[in-house]
Order: sequence, then structure tokens, then C-alpha cells
Amino acid sequence: MSQKVLLSSKEINVILHRLACQLIENHLDFSDTVLVGIQPRGVFLADRLAKMLSEFYGIDNIKVGNLDITFFRDDFRRSDKPLEANSTKINFLVDDKNVVFIDDVLYTGRSIRSALTAIQSFGRPKAIELLTLIDRRFSRHLPIQPTYRGRQVDAINKEKVIVHWEEQNGEDTVYLVNR
Amino acid sequence: MSELSVPHLLGIKYINEADIQLIFETADHFKEIINRPIKKVPSLRDITIANLFFENSTRTRLSFELAEKRLSADVVNFSAAQSSVKKGETLIDTVNNILSMKVDMVVMRHPNPGAGVFLSKNVKASIVNAGDGAHEHPTQALLDSYSIRERLGDVAGKNVVIVGDILHSRVALSNIFALKLQGANVKVCGPKTLIPKYITSLGVEVETNLQKAIEWCDVANMLRIQNERLDISYFPSTREYVQQYGLTKPMLDRLDKEIVIMHPGPINRGVEITSDVADSEQAIILDQVENGVAVRMAVIYLLASKIK
Repeated sequence: MSQKVLLSSKEINVILHRLACQLIENHLDFSDTVLVGIQPRGVFLADRLAKMLSEFYGIDNIKVGNLDITFFRDDFRRSDKPLEANSTKINFLVDDKNVVFIDDVLYTGRSIRSALTAIQSFGRPKAIELLTLIDRRFSRHLPIQPTYRGRQVDAINKEKVIVHWEEQNGEDTVYLVNR
Repeated sequence: MSELSVPHLLGIKYINEADIQLIFETADHFKEIINRPIKKVPSLRDITIANLFFENSTRTRLSFELAEKRLSADVVNFSAAQSSVKKGETLIDTVNNILSMKVDMVVMRHPNPGAGVFLSKNVKASIVNAGDGAHEHPTQALLDSYSIRERLGDVAGKNVVIVGDILHSRVALSNIFALKLQGANVKVCGPKTLIPKYITSLGVEVETNLQKAIEWCDVANMLRIQNERLDISYFPSTREYVQQYGLTKPMLDRLDKEIVIMHPGPINRGVEITSDVADSEQAIILDQVENGVAVRMAVIYLLASKIK
């Protein structure tokens, strides 16, 4: 198993600032916009972006939620490993709101498909956008594309993109791991 | 640990502490889901579940049915009253006939102890015991512990007294197993005639004085006198039972602490528990019912993930 660094902490920081600015460009003061981190790994990115928007760009009171998609996945009983659920924390209605899904890596698109179903439990959003840090090209099983992407990566199927966050792993780094 | 150690839920006797914790953690997620505006998830849309009730039930049956429907499973209901069981069909034949209609899981209540275990050895389906005679009622015990955990933070180290007809109660037996597994201290309280002779071998203590029992406990689980199972007279009269083992408001007021009151239902108001106690803040009887759906969703979800 070999691994190489795709993005260093410095690069991630620059990308996050760019993504934050792109979000502001489309959503201005975020009065009608909510950020929804996809469990388990999208929540770090969502929290980080919300913090950045407040600290550097003066946009406070952004609504941030976590959405767990476990019970909406289409591979229940198909995968060898049992699916483990995470918590959902959405204490607002998404009716007529612009929802931005936030996840670390976009690969087959199946998680996002599940998230699209899961979010319906909380109302009918006006629009849904997708923000991902890493977009793995040529690997989609479904016609799903990100609205905002941090970095596009070409990786073959046996390779895996792993994002480490300081909050969880003690460092901000994106690795490409060859299994 | 993210998988149950068993393919069926036949009784608390057959599972371990890690299983209980896994069921509770999963139930936490389902409890959040059933409080959403849309209370349904599509996880089990390719699973069919048969609810076989060879004995009457309202709460458990509704609770199981709701749990199954909220997981998007297909549900078929069966009650013995309108079935071929009356025509002399055996249990295995009945179930195998239902299974040939491609059913993946069976939730069964049966008047005979061990019916679930027997079935699990003879048919190919995941079995959930919804009560077998005076033997076990595992999901009730799980939701009771879950409700204690929700109210008091933890089950370990808590003093729980189970009051009433211990002899005929599957709820009592499953609760004893579940509470002991989680490290609670358990006493049983009731007329000596309704306490099994060797109950202390399960690690519980016997107390025949209700006032002493509630002074000791953090949680009192009041059981119903199961008149339908009392073949002979176990106590002189209902009135005498009420005087000795009915929980009343003045008894609770005499305590210097607030204990949690539970009841698995159906309540006989004025017998094991008075109305003002059943409707008080201390009673978590309706929370138990709500938690029942979440806990049963967790059990069904976790068992279904083992069906290949």
C-alpha cells in the first residue's frame, strides 16, 4: 500500500477560501441558504466553511446541519460490512431554502443520491447545490456533478482518496492511497 | 461491534451486552427519525415481514407494524383467530406456508413458551419473539431499559424493582435478564405465591413489602395481574392485592426521592397502580410506548442486515 499527498494543509486552506468566496458569490448573506454536511466526513468541511465564512467574511448566523444517509442508501444488505449510522442534526426546515450539500469526496455519486432522498424528510428545498473538496472524475455511476469543486482528481478504481481533517486526524491533508 | 451476534431475537437470554448497546445506539437514530415530519426511511423496501400473532395484542402488534412500515418493509398480518390453525394446522406448516410466499422475517407472539426457539430451528427466516407464553418478551425488556437509560442516563448501577405477577410474566423474566446484563440491581416484589421458587438463582432479591421496595429503588416497573393466566387463585381477592401491592400517590409522597414509574401496559387502573400515579410526571409509561417503536425499528433493521 503506497500513498502520496494530493493536497497539503496550505493548499487545502487556499481552496477552502476560494470555495467560501464562490458560496458568497451565489448566496450573498446566506439568509435563504443552509449548509448541510453529509455524514460522516462532510460535516468537518461544512463546519470549517461556516467558521471561515464567519471569521474572514463576516457572515454570521449561517445555518449548518448534519445529514446522515445510512438508512437511505441503496446498498443495504449488499455490502459485506454492516452499515453504521451517524447522527442527523437538522434543527430547521429546508422548505423554500437553498440547500448546499457538503461532502469531502465525490466518487460514484450514490451518497449524494441518498442525500437527495433523505433531505426530503425535512421539507421541499428551493434548490440543492453540491460542494465537494475532491471530485473524482470518470468514476460516476449516476448523473451527479458538483456545483462547487475544490480539486478535480483522476484516480483509478483501486486507488482511494482519503481526506484527513485536523479535528479528527490532527492534520489537514488529502492522500491518494494505492490499495 | 456493529452487528448483532445472533440471527434471531428469541430472548434476552441469547444476546449479550454489546448487542443491547448496539440496539440502543441504533434506536437513538430511529427515535430522531420518527420525530421528523416525514417519519419513514427506505432501508427495508426489499424485505417482507409477517406478523404472526397467535395471542391477543394491541400495543406490541401496532408497535411492530409501525416500526416495519417506517422502515418501508412490506408487512403481512396474521392472527390465529381467523386462520387455519383452528383447522388443525401445525405451527411449522403454518409458517412454512407463509414463508413460501417469500417472507424474510417473522415476528411471532405465541402462547407456548419456547415457540420462537422451536421455529428458529425448523424454518428458514429471521425470527423475532414478540412474546412466548410466560417465557420471554425481549423487545419489551429492551424498550424498558432504553426508557430507563433515556430518563436516568444509564442503566448500570440503578436499583430496579419489578412488582406484581412475576410467575406468569414474560416481561419480568426478559427484564431481569436485560437489567442484569447491563449491571443494574434488581428486586422482585409481589405475593409469595406469584414469585417463582428459584428466582434468586437469576441474581435478583425478593421483597414482599412494597413500601420497602420503593424506598430502595430508583425505578419501579409495575406489572399487570394477568388474570387470563391465573389458573388457580394465587391471592385471596383483588381488593387484598390492591391493598398490599397497589402503588398509590401517598406511598410515593412519603419517599424523600422521586422514583421513575414504568408499566408495560395494559394498565388496570386502580389495581396495580392508581390513576394519579399513572398520569403523574414520574410515570414514563407513554415514553415507553414511543420508545417501543424506535427500539423495534432498531431490532428489525439490525436483524435484516444479516439476511443475505
